[in-house]
Amino acid sequence: MLIAAAVLFLLLRLLPGDPANALVSVGADPEQIEAARRQVGSDLPIFAQFVRYLGQLASFDLGASFVSGVPVLEEIGRRLTLTLPLTALAFTGAILIALPLGILAAVKRDRWYGSLISVISQLGVAIPVFWIGILLVTAFAVKLRLFPSSGFPTSGWWRDPLAALHQLALPILTIALVMSASLIRYVRSATLDVIGSDYLRTARALGAGYGEALVRHGIRNGAVPVISILGIELASTLLGAVVVERVFSLPGLGSMLLSGIEQRDYPSVQGVLFISTLLVLLVGFAADLVQRLVDPRLRGPSGARP
Amino acid sequence: MTASPVRSALKPLSVLKATTTATLLLMGLAPAFAAESGPDATINVGSLYEPQNLDNTAGAGQGINEAFNGNVYEALFRLNDDGTVSPSLVKDFKVSEDGLTYTFTLQPGVTFHSGDPLTSADVKWSIERVTSSDSKSSRKNSLKPIASIETPDEATVIIKLSSRSISLPYNLSYVWVINDKAKDLQSTEDGTGPYALEGWQRGSQLAVKRFDKYWGPKPENGEVVFKYFTEATALNNALLTGAVDVITSVQSPDSLAQFKDNPDFTVAEGKSTTKLLLAYNDRVAPFDNVKVRKALARAVDDKKLLEAVWGEYGTLIGSFVPPTDPWYVDLTKTDAYDPESAKALLAEAGYPDGFTFTIDTPNYDPHPIAAQFLQGELAKVGVKVEINVITANEWYTKIYKAHDFQATLQEHVNHRDIVFYGNPDFYWGYNNPKVVDLIKASEEAKTVDEQTEKLKEANIQIAEDAASNWLYLYPQIVVSKKSVTGYPLNGLNSQFFAYGIKKAE
Repeated sequence: MLIAAAVLFLLLRLLPGDPANALVSVGADPEQIEAARRQVGSDLPIFAQFVRYLGQLASFDLGASFVSGVPVLEEIGRRLTLTLPLTALAFTGAILIALPLGILAAVKRDRWYGSLISVISQLGVAIPVFWIGILLVTAFAVKLRLFPSSGFPTSGWWRDPLAALHQLALPILTIALVMSASLIRYVRSATLDVIGSDYLRTARALGAGYGEALVRHGIRNGAVPVISILGIELASTLLGAVVVERVFSLPGLGSMLLSGIEQRDYPSVQGVLFISTLLVLLVGFAADLVQRLVDPRLRGPSGARP
Repeated sequence: MTASPVRSALKPLSVLKATTTATLLLMGLAPAFAAESGPDATINVGSLYEPQNLDNTAGAGQGINEAFNGNVYEALFRLNDDGTVSPSLVKDFKVSEDGLTYTFTLQPGVTFHSGDPLTSADVKWSIERVTSSDSKSSRKNSLKPIASIETPDEATVIIKLSSRSISLPYNLSYVWVINDKAKDLQSTEDGTGPYALEGWQRGSQLAVKRFDKYWGPKPENGEVVFKYFTEATALNNALLTGAVDVITSVQSPDSLAQFKDNPDFTVAEGKSTTKLLLAYNDRVAPFDNVKVRKALARAVDDKKLLEAVWGEYGTLIGSFVPPTDPWYVDLTKTDAYDPESAKALLAEAGYPDGFTFTIDTPNYDPHPIAAQFLQGELAKVGVKVEINVITANEWYTKIYKAHDFQATLQEHVNHRDIVFYGNPDFYWGYNNPKVVDLIKASEEAKTVDEQTEKLKEANIQIAEDAASNWLYLYPQIVVSKKSVTGYPLNGLNSQFFAYGIKKAE
């Protein structure tokens, strides 16, 4: 974590530009520019800036945005109330789409629809996210007027969950579609492994039907690799929603990161990356836990898979 | 004002202490039910310019002028949409014979949104905020002639100047009058305008609500919500789907067709003050040579560029002064497009085979397109252009501050900004003593006519010197639903007065 913080700190300072520039405009005189630099601390030597930053981190103080003056942690908290539910819903949607389709694509791989699912998911991986978003907006918002084209549920999540869901339907669908495209492929190959396995053959030899054998023995076995993929996908969506947030003008964590970088607002950028690193670690830990629950073999003292 | 209901509801860390306040605020401030149309209608305004914070002396960006000037904050004077200046919080004023003492009488019965009455002390405090050492206001310099501010009684403000300043009323139109007891102006406000801040969700929207104790005429609507977008396409879709009623300033010309051909929308074109220019570093060779600058001005077909970017919209300009400034002169004939004479001038200047230079190009529209166009045009007269793409932030460090460049593309948005050519230390380094003197003398003029004459002369001179290469003036296009009327068309200095906007059934 410390190394990550140091690397991040240095990389940010390598970008040309100055955070003070976000505070001045054309017409500012040299004294005003110097005052702005003093205010954000960019007039100090890099090492002094780094020491100051470490001191703040140690007391879990992420500082305040250079540009808006708002404490970074407070702003991240506000952004997470959008990003976390958005990611969680999209993630659930993706699982609901990908699991049945992926298994179907594997089991019925000789049928035309099995192949069709594979082809479509392959396409889905190749299509850029923003394009899917724009297509959905054009179809469901501009033409059919079923959902709003952009924006954030201003009443908040809890006062009117249905309105919020309606407002965010298209971004959720966009992320879910993109996620499920790659998930389908993993589920399919995991299922294929299971189908070809000895234990399934044994189960069937013992008299279980194909479907029964697959459900009783297959899902548990196939789930282990899929869960670790799910963990990675979930982690990358937390920040990977940047593009979707932009297309739908959503005030999430990703858009905070993006505008922070544009304005060289170091506290915001560092704060977002610090918190998201924490989240990614948490997700990875959770994925590990779930794997152990699903597969008793991983619970051994060594934790090694056979 | 304290925290808005919307914001406190979203702030998990301070929920406990905020609950009581939030409940009170919810009862008092939240609109009972936003009306769809009529005198209490909510007007949804779509914009690409979200303010960074709420303080125009702390680097808030142009978005704060759009949302707050004339709506939430008022000044002693108001810059009207037609470019004229009229008294606002000033009831009347006297100027002494020598032009060095201004005595202002304030409007009676003016109340801040917090309930405090407006006094001369608030005015003094507000002006000193802008001229203070840590102010980041780009207008700080124009208020330098102010020597002292006196407040003999609650309704009178006396400003003493060290030298005449004919633009004082105009310059004061930028100085928000704020309650001198106000705190945390980056996220709250306490102004005298027709609307009070209701809530701001960063990255999403800012709402202002009609202030019932407003001293002036009652606004034509009950609430204005500025909705912010980062993508022009998303903004257009929001108008198409009815999520916003009006777009303050359309920046994507190709999207206009869908509104123009649709009877549900109005497309209105006003005059902007945003100029696109190729600014040379006039300090360095070859741009220290007037002949070279004139040659490059003649080598570029501005009309072709304007049409390529904006189609039928926008205006050609021959200098830095837009038609809404009083000292506008049509100078498009000075160094008009003429590639043959451009080649001849280059040869005269000692560059018969041309030369190579780099244009530092901001990475956002329309600069990259303009740079490529210039590359093509200048190649025809033998001048080779290298394009170096930089970010807006880098531009300030490399060009504005360090003057480390040969030429750069930039859009300049302000009204009455010809004065930059009177400052030899400005980034483009144009230094003609005659222009410096004219601009200085214009500010010390005794009458507006004298000021206008002097600035006209300066204007003609900078065009004659081809100080920069002025490419075109942006159009100012406002698109709205047909049922929505009464919005300002020109949006000078990004202002967007919302009090006149009506929404019919």
